[in-house]
Amino acid sequence: MNAIEDIRRVARDPIEYARRYTNETGVRALGYFCSYTPEEIIHAAGILPVRLFGFGKKIVRADAHLQSYSCSLVRSALELGLSGELDFLGGMVFPHTCDSIQRLSDIYRMNIPFGFFEDIVLPVKLNSESAREYIVNLLAAFTASIERGFSVTVSDEALRRSLVLYNEIRDHLGALYRLRSRHPRLCSGADLHDVVSASMVMDRTGLAALLADLVGELSARAEGLGDDDARKRIILSGGICSHPDVYGIIEDAGGAVVWDDLCTGTRYFEGALDTTRPPLEAIAHRYVDTRVTCPAKHRSLTDRADSLAAMATEHRADGVVFLLLKFCDPHAFDYPHLKERLDREGVPSMLVEIEDTLPPAGQLMTRFEAFVESLG
Amino acid sequence: METIEKKPDSEKERRKIKSVARMKEIMTGYYIEAKGARQSGKKVAWITSGGPVEPLIVMDVIPVYPENHSAMIGATKMGGDLCNRAEEMGYSRDLCSYARSDIAAAVTNGGPIGGLPAPDFLVCCNNICGTVMKWYEAQARFFNVPLFIFDTPFTHTEFPDIARNYVRKQIFEYIAFLETVCGRKFDYDRMMEVGRLSVEAQRLWQAVLDTTMHRPAPMSAFDAFFHLGLIVTLRGTQVVVEYYTQLLAEMRARVASGISAVPNERYRLLWDNLPVWYKTKWLSETFAAHDACLVADTYTSAWSGQVEKLREDDFLESMVEGYSTIYLNVSVAEMARSVLGMIDKYGADGVVMHSNRSCKPYSLGQYDIQRIIQKERDVPVLMIEADMVDERVFSESQIGTRIDAFMEVVRSRKSG
Repeated sequence: MNAIEDIRRVARDPIEYARRYTNETGVRALGYFCSYTPEEIIHAAGILPVRLFGFGKKIVRADAHLQSYSCSLVRSALELGLSGELDFLGGMVFPHTCDSIQRLSDIYRMNIPFGFFEDIVLPVKLNSESAREYIVNLLAAFTASIERGFSVTVSDEALRRSLVLYNEIRDHLGALYRLRSRHPRLCSGADLHDVVSASMVMDRTGLAALLADLVGELSARAEGLGDDDARKRIILSGGICSHPDVYGIIEDAGGAVVWDDLCTGTRYFEGALDTTRPPLEAIAHRYVDTRVTCPAKHRSLTDRADSLAAMATEHRADGVVFLLLKFCDPHAFDYPHLKERLDREGVPSMLVEIEDTLPPAGQLMTRFEAFVESLG
Repeated sequence: METIEKKPDSEKERRKIKSVARMKEIMTGYYIEAKGARQSGKKVAWITSGGPVEPLIVMDVIPVYPENHSAMIGATKMGGDLCNRAEEMGYSRDLCSYARSDIAAAVTNGGPIGGLPAPDFLVCCNNICGTVMKWYEAQARFFNVPLFIFDTPFTHTEFPDIARNYVRKQIFEYIAFLETVCGRKFDYDRMMEVGRLSVEAQRLWQAVLDTTMHRPAPMSAFDAFFHLGLIVTLRGTQVVVEYYTQLLAEMRARVASGISAVPNERYRLLWDNLPVWYKTKWLSETFAAHDACLVADTYTSAWSGQVEKLREDDFLESMVEGYSTIYLNVSVAEMARSVLGMIDKYGADGVVMHSNRSCKPYSLGQYDIQRIIQKERDVPVLMIEADMVDERVFSESQIGTRIDAFMEVVRSRKSG
């Protein structure tokens, strides 16, 4: 399976991939941290959007700027910037996410010189017409800013093509997830995690073709596969997951991740762009109406719980594992409410707090085993 | 009402701020009225400390401030227990202690006043943090009441017209929301009057804070933490204007007769971040023992810092920028500029920064501000790791030692 080999390599070292790609092709790249980044616009400008995960960095320089109670994502993201490893990027984009990322942007701006640096201060509420209109205006301002900053023109036609391509990519990712939900043995959790991670970094045109092949390959293998997987069906819920090892440990404990509610998972690709609308309105429409909401945004008082409960039903989950980054306020605030809702629906759940590194594998294994056993 | 200067019983008595009694009286009356809202038929709204309260005053709604309540919980040292209770409910210990103690107090009717009166609706403005949105979502679910979010986009470099338009539209959405939940029309004439009173109160509050430019300062930041209560809760009402008029007169009288907050003020310090509510007395005394007065702070001036942007003749329109660009809703670089300005204005010999586990928007970036202060003004900066309400994370011996060492530096700089 060559496609998956390529993808694994990118997922293991996305920055190396992006650096080499920009060197070889002369294409410029923009770094970002949040799944509300309008990648469609960046791609339409002929620029490579590169999602930065920042994990696995030893913190040396960031401690001089951030207290110990900021999350490891923010700390390692700053470390990455301060280390000079991102100097190859043409710039950074910071959509408004949470209090910590907001300050991360300030600290980046003050300490790391970038040619292009843009904050997209998205609304936090998504349930009003004025918010929708504001998003469209922000996207237009961002487009203009990209055009100025990179001396390019982003035509309506290029935007439309970009939207079609992004729908294709997101469709493929959805198809892979649904195949895996039907037949968890088709593809290891770690591999699918790598597919999504690589999708936020790789040249998107090549990626779409690669994903199409992968969908074809897995669909073919799925034919004739029976429903004999006795492992417990698990949904992961949380922020970003940069720990492919989690999937293997869950699998070894007798479970199989069949779906997720992660920013590096379904929240990245769920919700199609309505290409009958003007492009920027289509992007805004996806943020407001169709994708699953990030807890740092507000759509309603219960939509996250509703969507998690619906996922559990649709994917016949035996249990949910909350994988929460320590010091991530938006997720920590939602946790009691989400757990209570799952309790009411009769879906058992467990909470694992993660930092830059996972808890020791043995300890995690024991906890997952106990959880899987408790699922009966 | 003029301050009556009685013959002081003692030096300590002479130093006490006499307006405190009136403040307590007003706040007690306010809480009694809020607790009795069900009987009087008035509506109660919970609102964030940075939220637009004036339209609530226009609608005769009683504004109640969970943050103010949490500060009381902290000051009465009930924070640890309530935070613990929230943790049992599943809320992480790393979350804001205002939110944790309020969420637990709502469930248990705990805290110094037996819980806040239940809200009829909630108004959340995110100009102070994103935490309030999550906190208010939780409370809206718990009380099953409507929530209005007043979304004020953060200013990293500028406050663009598209953000301005978005906020302006929300003012009218807010008014429409109030008309629906209150079941009557909004009185725009009354809004003029409330807006005028709000601006007047904010000017008076800033004038009170400005009295500490005088050496020695007639009051300290610790006094400001207390007298702040009214500008937060009831701005837009006549009683607040009257109170700060009285307090300002008292401060001016103290300046005239040389009464200072700290007996032998030799060192003047600036405080950054929220108070450590359960340790204000200890901190105040510890610094006073070093002849140091915390003459100003970045926190209490947040309720008057934008007053020049507010206009009596078009209050609603001026609210757009007034509420969007407050101290916490701007970049670290901009906050650093404000701090430098305050160092100059109040003649600070040093800065004490409370690195507050509970407040990421206030605290993340402090290390950069610290470096800027040292580079631009060459004054010593002390960083205290603590929490505003959760007393379980405070180490008195460690912080005491650090204050002593810091004051040593301040002293040697000043004499050197």
